[in-house]
Amino acid sequence: MTLTPALLIVVSLALPFLVLVLIGLFGKLPNLRDGLTLVLSSVLFYVVCCLADHVFQGGRPELVLGNLLPGFSIGFKVEPLGMVFALVASGLWIATTVYAIGYMRAHHEKHQTRFFACFAIAIFAALAAAFSANLFTLFVAYELMTISTYPLVTHHGTEKAKLGGRTYLGILLFTSIAFFMLAIGWTWSVAHTLEFQPGGILQGSYESGGIQQWQLMLLLALFAFGIGKAALMPFHRWLPAAMVAPTPVSALLHAVAVVKVGVFSILKVAVYVFGMDLIRETSIGEWLAYAAGATILLASLVAMTKDNLKARLAYSTVSQLAYITLGAALATPASVVGGGMHIVMHAVGKITLFFCAGAIYVATHKTDISDMRGLGRAMPLTMGAFFIASISIIGLPPGGGVWSKWFLALGTVETHHLFLLAVLMISSLLNIAYLIPIPIRGFMKPVTGDPPTFKEAPMMCVVPLCCTAVGTIVLFFLANGLYEVLLPITEVAK
Amino acid sequence: MIEQHLPVLIVVVPLIAAPLCVFLFNRTLVYLFALATCWATFGMSLFLLAKVLESGPFSYELGNWPVPYGIEYVVDYFSAFVMSFVSGIGAVVLTYAPKSLNDEIDPSRHYLVHPMYLLCLTGMLGICITGDLFNVFVFLEISSLSSYALISLGRSRRAPLAAFQYLVMGTIGATFLLIGIGLLYQLTGTLNMVDMAQQLADDHGSRTMLVAFAFVTVGLCIKMAVFPLHTWLPNAYTYAPSVVTAFIAATATKVSVYAFVRIVYDIFTPQFAFDVHGLDLFLTVFSLIGIFVASAAAIYQGNLKRLLAYSSIAQVGYMLLGVSMNNQDGLTGGIVHMFNHAIIKGGLFLVVGCFALRLHSVRLEDLRGAAKTMPLTAFAWVLGGLGLIGVPLTAGFISKWLLLTAALDNGFYLVAGLMLISSLLAVVYVWRVVEILYFSEPADAVESAREAPWSMLIPTYLLIVGILVFGIWTSYSVGVASQAASALLGGAP
Repeated sequence: MTLTPALLIVVSLALPFLVLVLIGLFGKLPNLRDGLTLVLSSVLFYVVCCLADHVFQGGRPELVLGNLLPGFSIGFKVEPLGMVFALVASGLWIATTVYAIGYMRAHHEKHQTRFFACFAIAIFAALAAAFSANLFTLFVAYELMTISTYPLVTHHGTEKAKLGGRTYLGILLFTSIAFFMLAIGWTWSVAHTLEFQPGGILQGSYESGGIQQWQLMLLLALFAFGIGKAALMPFHRWLPAAMVAPTPVSALLHAVAVVKVGVFSILKVAVYVFGMDLIRETSIGEWLAYAAGATILLASLVAMTKDNLKARLAYSTVSQLAYITLGAALATPASVVGGGMHIVMHAVGKITLFFCAGAIYVATHKTDISDMRGLGRAMPLTMGAFFIASISIIGLPPGGGVWSKWFLALGTVETHHLFLLAVLMISSLLNIAYLIPIPIRGFMKPVTGDPPTFKEAPMMCVVPLCCTAVGTIVLFFLANGLYEVLLPITEVAK
Repeated sequence: MIEQHLPVLIVVVPLIAAPLCVFLFNRTLVYLFALATCWATFGMSLFLLAKVLESGPFSYELGNWPVPYGIEYVVDYFSAFVMSFVSGIGAVVLTYAPKSLNDEIDPSRHYLVHPMYLLCLTGMLGICITGDLFNVFVFLEISSLSSYALISLGRSRRAPLAAFQYLVMGTIGATFLLIGIGLLYQLTGTLNMVDMAQQLADDHGSRTMLVAFAFVTVGLCIKMAVFPLHTWLPNAYTYAPSVVTAFIAATATKVSVYAFVRIVYDIFTPQFAFDVHGLDLFLTVFSLIGIFVASAAAIYQGNLKRLLAYSSIAQVGYMLLGVSMNNQDGLTGGIVHMFNHAIIKGGLFLVVGCFALRLHSVRLEDLRGAAKTMPLTAFAWVLGGLGLIGVPLTAGFISKWLLLTAALDNGFYLVAGLMLISSLLAVVYVWRVVEILYFSEPADAVESAREAPWSMLIPTYLLIVGILVFGIWTSYSVGVASQAASALLGGAP
């Protein structure tokens, strides 16, 4: 390896831009455009892997681009949590690109160039957020993500897309400007720094009386609700509304990039701004844990009522995101690591489910679960993948999801929140209730005796979803490595 | 040789050029002459700014009459900063102008437009550079009178009425300012600002001074369009020709804010104005009310120009919020917002001008689906609108962030919260237009429209890209503004 880690950060942030430029240049030549995207996204993943190799060995590469304002710099510092998130985002970008090419072409979607360009910006924003060294950089990346994904959500340009986009942008901008920005400004006025530090930056001010306990609680609330991408109820409406987007968008952005930037930010704020010790000591996370618990249950219950497959998956996402928020609120090493692992496990599982939903739509134009009876007989690979990914989301072996849920449960036990433990268990049961019937129904005998008139979706769609489905099982066996890698984030430098 | 006379040349050159325009009957010649003058003025102001940054503030005595007997021109961080963006926008807007003017103003009157435009520019630059209080009034009248004339040239038959409305309000404002200046002159016997400030320091708040303060404040509040003295602005901006609106909206209110800051901070001193007489509270309250009322009004406008006009009233509120905080960060935020808002609003009004040229209407229902036939213009609106909202990486974010941290740092939590919530109203009025541009079925006129010409798109994008550039690279805008703010807070130089 000849590149220094700081340079690797630059390269990995520059690559999505290169993709953007090339997409712009070769917009008229779809094959070249998509081929380049594919090659460069693979290169990006390789670069991120190189960086990960360094970070997981204890390196903390830094890079400061410069001050946007005196005292507020755009800087990057890579730590394991961000690294894991970057790996997930860049790795799944490849899968999604392959899938999107298949989907968009099979569907003859318009404006594909704009679509892939916005995609590239969103990936850039995700990486910038993952590597951010301070709250200011995180906020800038967060907002860039909101704006760049708006054209993706409203891709079809219909009345429904307009309304969905309005909800999407309205809620995300409202929460981020009214709460998140205020919280950052407040943090700065209390701590006089916005740099992420192990052990947090607010401890000193709390001990010296610069900020009271109730104020800390309010600040945490501003962060938790201000980071609207984490979809904590009652600010979750944007997520189902965004499902008007083409399925690849829902898959990458609303199972991986956008929502995960949200929960990642919450974890990051809990660990590096408040500090886990401070949250436990002052028990300011108590209410947040219950709010997350409520979201977990309510969203699962709503998901059960949805017959539209994508809507059901959207509410399932809301519920699963709250697991991670719960991990941050409990603020024990086990719960935070569990939250970090859940980012990975849920991302791989949920993207598979969305891929399947899209593949079903491409092959059959069916969106309602009630119409999917017997579908699996014609599309065994898709439905099989759906089943495997469901296992992981529910948290049953051999799906990776079992481990993250295990550590989160451990966190509730450690902090004696047996009620929340019960919530987690009930939620898993609800997951079974709303996910498993879909493949079961799929493999049942069709209502009519006629042989189905459709077959599997194009290869470009089916291969990625099979890969990610296998990924959920692979993660089951890799969980220990992931745990070891994430554990350092819970250590406080003395 | 000529270099040392630049402070006076920057005012004299456009002033002399204006009447010369009238004599050049050829329309193209007039235009080229005015354009050259504008760019030359911009060059001079940049030169002055560079000189201030290099060697600090300096002053120029007109006709070599020593201060305080003669008139003094002062070039410091604040004046050089405001002059540079005012003349810069003047130059860019005039570059954009020909096609739009041809479309909106009767060609036989073109020879009037350019002299008025140059006079207006002269007046604004004069307000910035002069160190003499009476001069401020004179230049204010020059710029105001020429802008009344410019507004009345609008195509609509309501333009003269709007100009008249503005004239009545503007004259009241200017008269108040004059009365205030007269009282101050009576009190101190001098018109030089520095001298006057020194003399007033010995005057321990006499009633005359208080009355003068009241007249000056109210007079300038009318010119700044502070709520509830803003009523002249929406009509004036709506019915003026697009080019005129772009120029005046981007510069006029900012120059009034400049004059206000100068007079409050340098002559009356913040101690007198804020601590003793509580102007900061009044300004904060009226700014916040203005921000909310005007932003809410902007949401309900059916005319794009009027929508932006109401937004301008709201944005002046943000500037004054910063000014009224009376501390380094707040004042810096206020001053930077003058600059940022100038390029944002200038850029957006140029976008509106492009729509007006191709669609012959700026009513929202006539713009439906315009993104299909005028994609570049529509995208410029999106970018400018993001700046207006204050999304990160745009100039609008920089000033909003400065104001936010200043407010929080000084314990104005309510102000900070209200400020953020109010900026959400901007999301609504900007995005309402975006949805109309992108998600509606095109009207017939839109279907057959073409993209705006490059001669207009390039200047528009110059300002729009400026919004992004100054949202990322802030060392000039914020750097100069913070030096200006510390000079103002350090007392009279």
